Parts: sequence; structure tokens; C-alpha cells
Amino acid sequence: MSPALFWFFSLMMIAFAILVVVKRNPVASALSLVVSFIGLAALFVSLDAYFIGTIQILVYAGAVMVLFLFIIMLLDLKAEEKRVVTAAPLIGGIVVGFTFLTLLIRVLAGNANGKLPMPALPGPVDDVKRVGELLFSQYNLPLQIIGTLLLVATVGVVVLSKRELK
Amino acid sequence: MLPWLVLLAPLVAAGVILLVTRGSRALSAWISVGAVAVSFVASVALFLGPDLRSSVDWLRFDVLEGISLAVPFGVTVDSLSKTMLLVVTGVGLLVHVYSLGYMHGDRGEARYFACLSLFMFSMLGIVLADNFVMMFIFWELVGASSYLLIGHWFERPSAAEASKKAFLMNRIGDFGFMFGILLIWGMFGTVVFADLPGGIERLIGGVDAMRLTDPVQAATLSKRLTSFLTLAVLGIFCGAVGKSAQMPLHTWLPDAMEGPTPVSALIHAATMVAAGVYMLVRVSFLLPFAPSAMTVIAWVGIITAFVAALMAVQQDDIKRVLAYSTLSQLGYMVSAVGLAASGAAMFHLFTHAFFKALLFLAAGSIIHGMHHEQDIWQMGGLKNKQVITFFTFLVGALALAGLPYLTSGFYSKDAILYAAAGKSIPIFVLGLITAFLTAFYMTRLFLAVFFGKPRSEKAKTAHESPLVMWLPLVILAVPSVIFGFPFITSAFQLDAGHHEAGAIPVPMLAALAFLLGVGNGLWIYARREHDPIRISLLARKFYFDEIYAGLVRVTQDLAARIAGFLDRYLIDGLLVRGASALTFGAGFVLRFFQVGSAQSYAMVFALGAVLLLWVALR
Amino acid sequence: MSAITLNDYLLVSGILFAVGLFGVLVRRNIIVIYMCLEIMLNAANLALVAFSRFHVAPDGMPDYHGQALVFFIITVAAAEVAVGLAIIVALYRTRQTTQIDEINKLQY
Repeated sequence: MSPALFWFFSLMMIAFAILVVVKRNPVASALSLVVSFIGLAALFVSLDAYFIGTIQILVYAGAVMVLFLFIIMLLDLKAEEKRVVTAAPLIGGIVVGFTFLTLLIRVLAGNANGKLPMPALPGPVDDVKRVGELLFSQYNLPLQIIGTLLLVATVGVVVLSKRELK
Repeated sequence: MLPWLVLLAPLVAAGVILLVTRGSRALSAWISVGAVAVSFVASVALFLGPDLRSSVDWLRFDVLEGISLAVPFGVTVDSLSKTMLLVVTGVGLLVHVYSLGYMHGDRGEARYFACLSLFMFSMLGIVLADNFVMMFIFWELVGASSYLLIGHWFERPSAAEASKKAFLMNRIGDFGFMFGILLIWGMFGTVVFADLPGGIERLIGGVDAMRLTDPVQAATLSKRLTSFLTLAVLGIFCGAVGKSAQMPLHTWLPDAMEGPTPVSALIHAATMVAAGVYMLVRVSFLLPFAPSAMTVIAWVGIITAFVAALMAVQQDDIKRVLAYSTLSQLGYMVSAVGLAASGAAMFHLFTHAFFKALLFLAAGSIIHGMHHEQDIWQMGGLKNKQVITFFTFLVGALALAGLPYLTSGFYSKDAILYAAAGKSIPIFVLGLITAFLTAFYMTRLFLAVFFGKPRSEKAKTAHESPLVMWLPLVILAVPSVIFGFPFITSAFQLDAGHHEAGAIPVPMLAALAFLLGVGNGLWIYARREHDPIRISLLARKFYFDEIYAGLVRVTQDLAARIAGFLDRYLIDGLLVRGASALTFGAGFVLRFFQVGSAQSYAMVFALGAVLLLWVALR
Repeated sequence: MSAITLNDYLLVSGILFAVGLFGVLVRRNIIVIYMCLEIMLNAANLALVAFSRFHVAPDGMPDYHGQALVFFIITVAAAEVAVGLAIIVALYRTRQTTQIDEINKLQY
């Protein structure tokens, strides 16, 4: 992937992420998030991680975002009418965010390995097979556990939505 | 082998009684008597045999690197312990037999005999011990078993109090004893009696050797050595003061008369209280190195003798009179040790053990016959009702008062007076006055109990005691008389004092004191219904108990006040309330950080994470 | 334009993370906060995949352990979103709000 495409998708992703934060209407935020994640999926593809890119689209842009939108619709959330800008969290968020970025840039500046170009691959990528093999051999136990976790989450969600919490 | 038999037979008896036969009184009693009989026979065999020492390395503490405390479990059999063994087991045997009658039908008979056996074991342990630590262990065992025996009738508050008092008073003395033992061990590195003279000589030799090279240093060292030895001897003497009931720790002994009378005879007349004197004699080789300590010992002894005799003059309880006379006689012995006449002290201990046991057992017989009445002014006219007791008591009283040339008490007291005459005239004079007082109060006691008309209903119906009770009296009456005769005397090293007495006709003066005492007693107390003399100072025993009670109260109040202050203000106020105030205050301040908004927490969390990152990258 | 390096990916990932963090700290609508959390998670995923691609295994292929980890993260995130949204629904039922500054029962 050419650098131009990389920067395009990166900028798109970050711009829509900012929109998520900035937009008043939750529906707009959610839709911006979908676009941002599509950009992210493109970046995954640029890293030759087709499998991850695909499930990024499927799981996030598909399932998770639909869930978000569904909840927003369900609760019938309106855009915040008046935005009360309180200084403290704003300043705090900016300070924390910028300090973090500054530190990150400092680290990256000292990271010589990170300045190498992407190594070329010897052949075609068969990442689904390889990740699958890893998951079913080396990471078999965590895979089982994660499956159980999903089951527990499902049951938990059912319980939480059914019972009237007083 | 024999010494171990002597020592362990009573222990086995005590164990068997306590563990197996406690249910059966008669069987328990006979087991105990049998054990002490075994001990007695073995003691006689030992007495006739040679000196010996036998020890097992028993305890060894490594106190510090290279410094260890070795405590062998050893027995030493020499002329001193042989004599003492004979006294302890002999008197002990008779008292056991006597107890068969006296304690018959008592609910705690089995327990009584178990304690008696335990006491015999401990006492024999003291006699046989060949080192300080072992002696101290048995010393404490004696204290414990005497506590049990004095408190035998623990349902009586007075008996419980008396046993507690005896225990506490002994504890005070034992603290000094332990201090002395530790000093001795610290100086010589050993606690075995046989090794100590060598240790002293080594130290003195070292100082002497230094005198040639560095006289100044040697003089300091020599002075330091003497003062340390004096301290050690005084510490050890404290133990003797407690156990032998010398002033000012004497107050427990008269109260200990709350125990059964045979116990009074065995423990508080013949054996246990003599343990202090025995111990002093055992370590008398230390005394010449501590002259000032010797002076203290001599004076404490004679003052005890004198004051106790004064107190005995005004007591109405027959056992208390005898208790104070015991104090007085023990004072003689201790004083003799302080006068470097250990032989005389042992001799007096020896004779005293027999005639005082006789007196106590006779008193027990009187009390038994009088249906447990102890006030001498409730008695009277008993000479016709208790004939055997009367005659044996007469023998004992004469021996105690020192009937010249006929009784053992005269000879042994004489030996001490000889020593005093040679060393210190004031002590000699006090000794003579005490002898006079002794004759006086014994006459008073004797007249009040046996002569005149019966002064109470109980006295009218008094009866003689059974065979097991009067037989020991008769047996004890014999040594009370004959043990002063030269064939016994020669066993003790008595000639030390005789030459120094010089021009003072000691026997004459002693005989005069006796006659004066008896004469005055007869003159004042013949045909009296009540005591014509009332000196409350003496009757109240110089207010020692009151003073101690006050002292305890004052110190206790002070300690309580201090403890109260500490507790109320320091612990409650500062620590407890302070801790609560700190917690409360911290919570009060910290809850303002508890804003309850999840975002604030996230903010702080993020800030913290970034801060950590920053620190890590710095 | 020069070739894309690992640092570029990490920088983009970091910016995305910072944006998500900022959103979490600033927004009050709890659902949007959840979205921002997803952004942060995905920023981490991007870094992981980048590491995986730039760290080549002996056979010349990317290191797929990183991608396996991303797989797990996505799964857990999906479960988390499901449960979290269920909690939000339950919360909304009782308090009639999704504004986080109105949910302050923990305050003293």
C-alpha cells in the first residue's frame, strides 16, 4: 500500500474518531465510529492482516455498531440540547492527552527499529490459516475460556435486561 | 545409687498417689510413709558410708558464643548433707507417722500425703544438690509444696491468705538468691559448689600476680572483687532470709501456722526453714571473702532472734508462740553463720530440728486433745489429762529453753554463744537476753497450758492422743536430750569459737539466763487465769504486718495511679482516641476526594498512568 | 513520500488512543464514553497488528501471535460492549438518564 493511501486512511480514521468525540448526537457519533473503524480495517489490510481487517468490519462495523445504534434507538436518546462546557474535565483531558502524545513521540524518536521500512514478505499471505492454527493449537485453552466468557456474557445480558432493577 | 534412692522415693510416692491411689486415703498415706521410711533407711546407710559425689550432666545452656552455663544434676554426700539428710528424713518419718493419726479422716488426706511426699523430695533435693542452680530449682519446689501444705485447708480464707503470704515473701527472698547465683556464675563461670573455691583462688591469684606489675590496677581489681563477692553473698543471703524467715521477711512464718500442725512441725520447724541456714552453711566457704556481708548476716540473725523472742512473749496461740520461738532459734543459727561458726549453726539446726519437731507435734497432740482449740488461756490443767504429751512437751521445752548440761539445746546454743563471745560482745549480749526471753516465754506457755485449773469446757474434756501420735513424741524426746552429748558434738566442727571466748564464762552466763527466765516466768505466771502483762507492741508483733500492708497499699496506690494515668491519658487518650481521631479525620478529609463521578476517577487514573509513564521515561 | 515505517503506525495508533482517552474524559453521555473506549481498544489493536507485521518470524512471515491476541481482544471487547450496554439499559430504566454526571450515588 502506498504511503498516500496509508495517510489517507489514517487521517480519515482519526478525523472520524474526533467526530465521535465532538458530535452532540449519539447517533452521529456512532455512525462516525463506523467510518473510523472502516479506516482502521483498511490500515489492518495495509499491514497484510486481512483476517483481522475482515473481522474488524464484521464485528465492529457490523455487530457492535448495530448494537450501539439499537440501544440509542431503544433508549430514544436525543442530542444534548445544551452543552455545558465545564473547564476541569476539558483541561484535564487535553493535558492528559497531550502529555501522553508528547511522551509517545519521545519514545518513538528514540526507537531506531521503528524507522525501518516494512519488511517484504516471501510469499502470499495465508493469515487465516496461520491464526487459526495458532488459536487451535497454542491458544486452545484461552480460546475455550473466551468461548465460555461469551456464553457468560450472553447469559448475563439476558439476566440484566430481563430483571427489573429497582 | 543410694542418694538417688533417697531423693526419688518420695517423688515416686507423690506421683503414685496423685496419679493412681488418690481415691484411697489409707493406701495413699501408707505409700507416703513407706517412701519416707525408705529414704530414712537409705539416709542412715549413707550416714554410715563414705562421702561421695555423683552427677549427671543435665543442662547446658549456650548463653553466648563461648560462654555456657553448665548445670549438672548432681548429688553431693558429705558430712554436712549426711547430717541434714538424717534430720530431714528422721523428723520427716516421724511426722509422717504422726500425720497418720492427726490427719485421719480429713477429706484431703490423700492430697495431703502427696504434698508431703513432694515436699520431702524437694527438701532432699536441696540437701543433696551439688550446685546453685539445682539447689535453686529445689528451693522453688520447696516453696511450692509448702504453699500447697500451708493452704491445705484452702476453704479457710486465713489459710489461703497465709499460703499466699508465704509464697510472696519467699519470692522476694528468692529474687535476691537468683541475683546472687547469677553474680557467682558471672564471676566464676560455674555454679558447682565443689568448683567454686578453685575459682575464687584463681581470681585472687590473678590479682596477686598483677600486684607485682601494676599495683594500682591490682588494688582496684581486688576492691572490685571483694565488693562483687559481698553483693553475691548478700544476694544469696536474701534467699536464706526468705526461706529461714529472718527479719524483715519473717512475717510469713507465724501465719504459716494455719497449715496442719504436722506440717508446721515438719516444714516450719525442722526442715524447710532450716534450708536457708543449711544453704548458708553450704556456701560458707564464700563468706571469708566478704567480711562486711558476714557482719550483716550476724546482725540480721541476732536481731531476728531477739525481736522474735520479744514477740513470742505476748502470743496467746500455742502454735504462734512456737513459731516465734522458731524464728528466734533460726536467728541464732543465721547469726552463727555470720560469726563464721558454721559448725555451731549446723549443730543448733540439728538439735533444734528434733526438739522443735517434738514441741510442735506435742502442741499438735494438745490441740487434737483440745478439739482444735489453740488459745493457751483456754487450756490449763492438762498435765493430768495428757500425761505423755505433758512429759514429752516438758523435755522439748527444756531443750528449747536450754536446761544446763542436760539437754541438747543448751549445748548447741552454747556453741553459738561461744562464737559470739569471741567475735562481738553486743551480739553475745543480745544472744544472752534472747536466751533469757526464751526460757521466760516457754515457762509462760508451759504453765498456762498444763497447770492451774481447766479454763474452758474443752480443757475439761481433753483426752490423750492415739498411739501413732504419741509414739513419735516419745521417740523425738530421746534425741532432744541426748544429741547434745559429746559423742554427737564431735561430728560438728565446734572448736572454732571455744578458744576465743577468753575470760567470758559462757556456760555460766547461759545457765544464769535460763534460771532467770524460768524464775521470772514462774514468779509472774504461776496460778494465773489471765495474762497479767499486756504489751500491745509485742502482741501485735511490732506492727510488721500493718507496716507491710500500708507499704503495699501505698506502692499499689502509686502504681495504680501511674498505671491509671498511663491508661487513661496515654493509652486511651493518645493511642486509642488518637487512632480513632486520626482515622476519622483522614476519612473526613479524604471523602472530599470521593466525588462520586466515574469520570473524575478515570481522570485521576489517566493522570496517574501518564505520570508513571513519565517517571519511567525520565 | 517516504516508505511507511513502524513508527508511523504507532504514532497513528497513539493519536487514536489519545482521542479516545480525551473522549472518555470529556464526554458525559455514557454511550459515547463506551464508543470512545472502543476507539482506545482499537488503537491498541492497531499497534499490535503493526508490531506483528514488522516483526518477521524466521520463515519471513509476520508474527501471527500478535494477531491472535487481537482476535482475543476483539472477542472480549464484543462481550464487554454487550454486557456494558445491558447495564446501561438497566441503569436507564432506574434513573432515566445516560448522563454520567447524574449518576453519582458514590459521592459522599
